[in-house]
Parts: sequence; structure tokens; C-alpha cells
Amino acid sequence: MSRVWGIGLWVPLVVVVGLGVVPGITGSASLRESMFVMLMSVGLASSLNILLGYTGYVSFGHIVFFGLGGYVGFYTMSAHGWPLPAAALAGGVSAGILAFILGRILLRLRGAYFALATLGINEAMRAFVVNFDPFGGPIGLDLNFSVYQSYGGAGRALWITYWALLAVVALVVVVSYLVKRSKFGLGLMAIREDEDVAEIMGVVAPSAKTWAYVLSAVVPGIIGVLFFFKNGSIQPPEAFRLHLSIELIVMVMLGGQGTVLGPVLGAFGYQRLRGYLLTSELFSNIQLTVAGVMLLIIILFIPAGAVGWIRRRVPGLREVLE
Amino acid sequence: MILQVEGVSLAFGGLQALDDVTFHLEEGKILGLIGPNGAGKTTMFNVLNGVYQPDCGRVVFRGDDIARKRTYNVARLGVARTHQVVRPLSDLTVRDNTIVGACFGRHRLNLKEAGVVADRVLQTVGLDHLSGNLAASLNVAQKKRLELARALAAQPYLLLLDEVLAGLNPTEMSSMLQTIESIRTEGTSLIMIEHVMKAVMSVSDRVIVLDYGRLIASGTPAEVQANEQVIEAYLGDPAVAEKIREGV
Repeated sequence: MSRVWGIGLWVPLVVVVGLGVVPGITGSASLRESMFVMLMSVGLASSLNILLGYTGYVSFGHIVFFGLGGYVGFYTMSAHGWPLPAAALAGGVSAGILAFILGRILLRLRGAYFALATLGINEAMRAFVVNFDPFGGPIGLDLNFSVYQSYGGAGRALWITYWALLAVVALVVVVSYLVKRSKFGLGLMAIREDEDVAEIMGVVAPSAKTWAYVLSAVVPGIIGVLFFFKNGSIQPPEAFRLHLSIELIVMVMLGGQGTVLGPVLGAFGYQRLRGYLLTSELFSNIQLTVAGVMLLIIILFIPAGAVGWIRRRVPGLREVLE
Repeated sequence: MILQVEGVSLAFGGLQALDDVTFHLEEGKILGLIGPNGAGKTTMFNVLNGVYQPDCGRVVFRGDDIARKRTYNVARLGVARTHQVVRPLSDLTVRDNTIVGACFGRHRLNLKEAGVVADRVLQTVGLDHLSGNLAASLNVAQKKRLELARALAAQPYLLLLDEVLAGLNPTEMSSMLQTIESIRTEGTSLIMIEHVMKAVMSVSDRVIVLDYGRLIASGTPAEVQANEQVIEAYLGDPAVAEKIREGV
């Protein structure tokens, strides 16, 4: 808890920004597209980490905020012509509001019960959107191509979206670090270790958990808007991909739950691996199985994840690998 | 009067864990809470700090009835406790464990101020050399000290100690007793549950005795030791009964 702007922040930030600017230097659109997916994963995994890693609450429905935020932002752009920043804000705020309401209700549950409830939310939201006409029901919404003109054409709009995503993800890493180093974050970690004892020591767990949930939900809401703006269309199955929620958990666990760097490395590592599996003949159809097996192995043998494992073995690196 | 417990009762199903318990504690005093196993001592603590809500009765702490408040609200009013079965925040360092107490206790300090308090408290309980270690790595005696450090860091008005002496060797015990004396000197009021009779009799200003959830005796250590009912309550354990009579 010593230095606030320590090296523990700079390591993940340099990784994210360093890799993030590469497509800009090479100017390669295909590299940009694959990096978009990676950065998106970093942002989503880091935000999930605030709930999963810091607070110790497993959510299987994190992607619901991505879907809802995406829909709300997309709707404001397609139906009301909002500019991208305003739409992104609307997406983030709506995801945060949903998390606040859900948190007040669901965070009374602990452990497996909370996890089960979050599983239900994603499916419930998908069913709701499918039947919600303003959001286009099962068909979804499309963005009129002319919208991109105000951003200097579709090509430029894609680059703008990419840089916006990079900025958001870098910000998420900073926030994730600041939370970890804050009194609020210490309260969350106390809850993770023993919620009853944390409350006995004065941590107001119900509100701390709710705000952690809200914070972790705002980010996917914003990222959802950027993703679907780039996509040009949004449909329920695309917005509420349950398996993406589970892949996010794998990323956080792989890199190291509760660390700032862990979800960053976990997301990059997992997406690299996934890219390899998808293109290999042997694994292309069973890549999710591989993810499942990987999760099992991590939980059984290295529950602290890669970064956590190193931190425990090499105390000298604790300051660097926050 | 810092604490007044009036007619507190609590039943778990058919078991009357606490039965119309009434006692009080004056500011800056140490109250010993003794009784045979299963007498309701820890349950009493759980009522005092909000883990359990009593079926009836009042717990007045510094003018507020806290009997139905949540644990974190009780903590913020200035009640801190230790646990008989230690409950460290295992994956946090010893120092961070202590900082949690200071950050969220009575004064709700910020991190920086809490760090100062934590370092001082860790020195008091003799854990300063381990402050960077994970709490999980401590042995039981050290974890007991950590429980005390966390509670002290909250700078409470009232400190509830649940068997902090159990399992300590004679040297550790006498240094723990010194620590407890110094806490009292600083003006904190204490209630301590203890099975080590000699210790509790020597350090307490007053002693109360629970048996099957009932308060069967209260008074100065000398009065309690002479009380026939107390001896009887401990008859199931003649060794302890003997110790009470002899005051050792």
C-alpha cells in the first residue's frame, strides 16, 4: 500500500499500450481487427476481475452488460443519431444501472448461489431483447451506412473505434490498479477473504459489493457500444454470448485473479491460444472444450493464476507484478 | 457506563443459548466472562457485536441500543472483537489485515493514517517483524496476535477478547497480559472470555459467570471465587472448580 503510482501500474499499462499501437504503426487493417478482439478481451477480463478477483464473487453473466450496453448505445445511434462518445456513455451508464439494481438483489446471495443467479440473468436479458420491438426483436438493429460518413468514411470510423477502444482499455487498467490500491479495494479484498469478518471489522459489505459490481459492469457496457458500432449491426445471439462470459473467467483465472496484470496477460494469452486452436485442424471444432479443460487444470493446480503463482514464488517481484 | 446489557435472551430452536442476561460495564474497566463450555459466552459476544440479534432485551452501548444493528454499524460505533477460532484474511499481508481494522473501524481512517496506526499496533502486539508476510503463513499464536492487532487498530471504545490466551505458552501469556493491561491504561474498556482462571482473575475488575445461558454470578474476582453456585457449575470439571476456589 505504499506508493500509489508504482511500477505495478506501468507494467500492465505498457503491455496494453505497447501492443495496442502496433497496428497504428504498421497500418495493417487485419492486424487491427485481431488486436481489437484482444484489447476487447483485456478490457472485459480486467473489469470482471474487479468482481471476481478483488471481491471473490464469480459471475457467469458478465457479458450481459456488454450486450445491454451495446444495445442501448446502438439504439441511440441508429434511432436518434447520437455521436459515438455519447452513445458509449449511454451504454456504460445503462449497464451500470442494471448492475446496481441486480446487485441490490443478487449480492445477498453468496458463493455458488450468486454464480447461478448470474447465469440466469444473461438468458433472461436475451429473452427480453428478443421480444423488445424498439431493439428490433430477434432481427436486431442495423446502422445506416451513412452514419459512418460523419466520421470521415467507414475506413476512418474503424480506426477511430480502435483508438477509442485502446483508450478505454488503458483507462480500465488504470482504474483496476487504483481500485486495488484504494481503501475501497482493501474492503473488497477483505470481503473476498472472509465476508463475515470484513463486516465485523466495519466494512459495509452490501454497498461495497454493489459498487464493485457497478464498476465492473460499466466497462463492458462501453466496450459493447464500440464493438457493435464497428460491427454495423447487433443481434441478440451476438450480444449475449454466454460462452464469452465463461471464456472471460478462463482469462482472469489463467493470468491471475486479483492482480492488475493477470487479466491483461490472461486475455492476450488466451486469445493467442484460441487463434491457434481455431486455425488448427485438430482443435478447430473443440476449442471451447480446450478452454474448459484449461479452466479445470488452473483451478486444480494453480488457482492463483500465472501472475499470482510468480508473486508467491518470487516475493521480490511483488512490487512489479501488482 | 459504557455498556448495559438488559434482559437479553436468545434461543436456537429448542436450545436457550442466553436466558435473561443482565450486566453492565463501566468505562475503562475489564470485565471477565467465564463459564463452562457451552455456557453461551461466545454467543453473548455475537449478540454484543451484531452477529446475532437477541430474541428480546436491550444492549445499550454509549447511549445507543445496538441489539438489532448490523455488525458493521456496531464496529463503526466503536466495538471491536477477536475470534476464538482465528479468522485471518489469509491472502492479505499482516499489515493489510491490520489496516482493514483501522480503515473501517471507529475512526474510518484513510489508508495513510491507517498505515501509521497499523505499524504502531503491530509493534504493540509484537508482529512488526512479520508485517509484510501473508496472514496465512503465521502460526496459531501469531494469528491470535493478529486478531488482537486488527481489533486494536480499530481504536475501539469497547474491545471483546474471545480466549486470546488459549494455546499460548507461559511467556507468550504474560506478554499478552501486559498488552491487555496497557490497552486498558489507554482507556479502552474490555470484556474477556477466558478459561485460564488465574489470568482472568488477576486482570479483571469484575467477573460474570454464565451457565446454560444464565448469569449465575457477578462481582469482584474474590466474590466470584467464593460463590457456591459457580463452584457447582464447574462440578462437571472438578479441576477447574478446584482452581476457582484456590484462585490459581
